[in-house]
Amino acid sequence: MMRRRILSALLGSLMLNGIVLAGIAHADSVSLGITQIVEHPALDASRQGVLDKLAEHGYVEGDTLTVDFQNAQGDTAIAAQIARKFAGDRPDLVLAISTPSAQAAAAAMRDTPIVFTAVTDPLMAKLVNDMDAPGGNITGVVDAPPLEAQLQLIRDMFPEAQRLGVAYNPGEANSVSQIEKLQELSPGLGFELVEVTASRTSEVMGAARSLAGRVDAIYVPVDNTIVSALESVVRVGHDANIPVFTGDNASVERGALASLGFSYYDMGRQTGEMILRILDGESPGDLPVGTVEMLELILNQGTADRIGYTIPAEFEEQAVEIIAP
Amino acid sequence: MSLIAFLGAIELGLIYGFVALGVYLSFRILNFPDLTVDGSFPLGAAVAAVWIVGGGDPWVGTLLAVAAGGMAGIVTAWMAVKLKILNLLASILSMIALYSINLRVMGRPNIALLADDTVFTPLESLPISRYIVFPLAILVLLVLVTLLLNRFLNSEMGLAMRATGENPRMASGNGINTSIMVLAGMALSNALVALGGALFAQSQGSADVTMGVGTIVVGLAAVIGGQSLIPGRSILVATLACLFGSILYRLMVAVALNSDFIGLKAQDLNLVTALLVGFALVLPRFRRRRRAA
Repeated sequence: MMRRRILSALLGSLMLNGIVLAGIAHADSVSLGITQIVEHPALDASRQGVLDKLAEHGYVEGDTLTVDFQNAQGDTAIAAQIARKFAGDRPDLVLAISTPSAQAAAAAMRDTPIVFTAVTDPLMAKLVNDMDAPGGNITGVVDAPPLEAQLQLIRDMFPEAQRLGVAYNPGEANSVSQIEKLQELSPGLGFELVEVTASRTSEVMGAARSLAGRVDAIYVPVDNTIVSALESVVRVGHDANIPVFTGDNASVERGALASLGFSYYDMGRQTGEMILRILDGESPGDLPVGTVEMLELILNQGTADRIGYTIPAEFEEQAVEIIAP
Repeated sequence: MSLIAFLGAIELGLIYGFVALGVYLSFRILNFPDLTVDGSFPLGAAVAAVWIVGGGDPWVGTLLAVAAGGMAGIVTAWMAVKLKILNLLASILSMIALYSINLRVMGRPNIALLADDTVFTPLESLPISRYIVFPLAILVLLVLVTLLLNRFLNSEMGLAMRATGENPRMASGNGINTSIMVLAGMALSNALVALGGALFAQSQGSADVTMGVGTIVVGLAAVIGGQSLIPGRSILVATLACLFGSILYRLMVAVALNSDFIGLKAQDLNLVTALLVGFALVLPRFRRRRRAA
């Protein structure tokens, strides 16, 4: 009896707290709920891009913008609970970063505008039925890397290369859809794809080593597992004189030879622009799903020296950044 | 915490109630620490999702998920009983293997059900909000399953299963085939967990290969937490305690999600949840001691 009373008092007071806080949050400013599956440099950069873009247009966090940032610590059940929390708190807009968080948000909310970012394939994830006219309460920006341009870069820098090694985690939806596209594209560019998989970061070293001697170049897609352990792949590349290309630009600084991609920060800024349009009264269902257009070439001179490759002048001119040895 | 967040926590707690019952069966009744659940939960989700996306009836998909979970349990039990692999290790092997099997079943790491008919779809046309009607429907199913489980555990076979977990040597001395009991118990346990996975995928709109990570932790927290808050020797009290523990766990997560007002950040969530669950566990003991003094 006693126990029950304590418990209900505890729950009661907590609910009261929540209600009071929700009241403050809604007073006189725009409220933004952010749900993100896990903290990770690329995803964090996209979130920062959104917040910076909003701040430039007068929505400053803590002042005219109330942000409720939640991260599911990699747990889909918690992502579902975060979505329910937002469904109850009713922020003016929900930003969902990553596929599982966006799916949870879409399942829990039918009215609150949802903008997703860092989702590779929103059609496959059934977030939208039509990229140009999403309908409903959801739209966003996809982070699909420009695979064709990236394969073309490898072809241009290494005209002799034939076998292209790719390492990925078969458990990541984003990676699998990239691999499927690579399989489609490679024959046209004269590549034979050699795939290796790693389900966790500790397996990346072994997977990368198995590529040594079997491939002429290695391509690392935008894959959370492989990118987390990129140094293992880079080391194999250095030891075996194999050039390593990556789908994301941030990895070049960590020792990859080159990448032609976009920054997650820029993607976040583009997402922020979409949010601004919705805050101005446009309906998310009318805004086409965006892709990041701005591609930047980044090269690593130190890695080039290491593997005995002379970067042709044309690429040096194209590059927005060359990382010095 | 808003009402919708509260009901969402109840809904998830009820879904994980099936996991709690499964873990209760393996961990408490059979005395078999079983990590297979980390694989059988997403297996249930995967099988149901593939069936539903293929145009199949969601109820049939859910039953297939239950059957698949049962088979996963049998494989673990078979390794332990027939191949004499240590219980814990046998379940770890199943758990690892199921990761690949789940990827095979789904053909890709994530299957979305956001636009498909699920067992919950008929409920959406009701005039009551889905936030209320979903948990109610799950509650009805959970109560039904709990009562059936109680009936089973008090039947002749159920008593033999309990004896097997309590004292295998004595049980086999009394003519009980303990191997069969472990096989059946583990099948039932993982079937329940897979049912939870199938319902989770349908209520949340997607099956993901990573969704099983930590299922055993949540299950154990529910079983141990629930039973220490509601002690009692009868099976009925014990199973209800597990369900209570499961719901309480989700409520604690929901509270932790609202902990920003005391200066905590998103990355502190798991720590806050652990502290809250730990607090809920010691609170009754603390009170009892004070009353005694």
